[in-house]
Amino acid sequence: MGLLAVIVIGHDRPGIIADATEALAATGGNLEDSSMTLLRGHFVMSLVVRTQTAKSDVEAALRPRFDAHELDVVVMELDDSSAAGGQGESFVLSVHGADQVGIVAAMTRVLADHGANITDLTTRLAGGLYLLVAEAQVPASVDGEALAAAVEAKAAELGVEARWRAADTDLL
Amino acid sequence: MIVMPPLPDGRVLPVLRAPEPVLSAPCTPVDPADPAVVQLAADLLATQRVSPGCVGLAANQVGVSWRVFSLDVTTHPKARITHGEFVVVNPVIEAATRNEKGREGCMSVPDFTGDVKRATRLTLRAQLPVTGAEILIETDAFEARAIQHEVDHLDGFVFIDRVAGAHAIYPRQTYL
Repeated sequence: MGLLAVIVIGHDRPGIIADATEALAATGGNLEDSSMTLLRGHFVMSLVVRTQTAKSDVEAALRPRFDAHELDVVVMELDDSSAAGGQGESFVLSVHGADQVGIVAAMTRVLADHGANITDLTTRLAGGLYLLVAEAQVPASVDGEALAAAVEAKAAELGVEARWRAADTDLL
Repeated sequence: MIVMPPLPDGRVLPVLRAPEPVLSAPCTPVDPADPAVVQLAADLLATQRVSPGCVGLAANQVGVSWRVFSLDVTTHPKARITHGEFVVVNPVIEAATRNEKGREGCMSVPDFTGDVKRATRLTLRAQLPVTGAEILIETDAFEARAIQHEVDHLDGFVFIDRVAGAHAIYPRQTYL
């Protein structure tokens, strides 16, 4: 059984998910994880599919479902053994400030340079206010105080507000 | 209910929006009897009353970096204990327990809402404007949440600094 990533992106309309997943089901593909949202009104969906069907056959099943001028479909093979585990402690970074080019690049570089791995990210722009919320896993070997200080220093340099804090643990 | 001392007529002030720097700076304690503080208390109430859906307003939201906020959650469907419409000066959270996640919005962040974990049982010590009388507010549910949101403002935080995670922020759908 192979693992494929299927990415569908483009002009939104009702039925894109039904079209894509019907085609995948017809080829025996089982959806493992998926994520779909609208970004500035554009449809964006990523699926991880376990299937015995070859990548080219999956592509052939998907393509006729979509007008190529409106929606792009990308199918790629995934290395089944490469999934990164959730190592370390969970943190949340929230950043807000006046919109400017490079906020996400600068702030995520700070995390990367300290070995923090981002596991989820949302950015939003509305009315001149730029907003970033990232969840990250920080390995126990990372100097947490140095990372927090680096986040604070980069935010001050950019003139944005940043909060770096331990994520709330789920109480079950 | 909190019985407020008589206040002068309030003026409706413009509400500032993030990323206005005054919203990210801690506010300073003030003298509750100072006529400027008394006028600010009246202005906060006047501004809150004319703002649809507004349940509270911190002084720095109208550009004044003093530890004063107004609140009125009386008609809010998620409120249980309510203390009516009031303004407090120099508030300090004495106890906060039983955290729960809930949705928040803010006039200073009008385009988003977010899920924030807050205590649902709260004790607040504060002073009343004019007299400076010390009061203790014990409350729960939505009034507790709103008070923590306002005290956060006075400490230089807006709710988007506290959202629970990357999927806890939403484009605002309703304005009431």
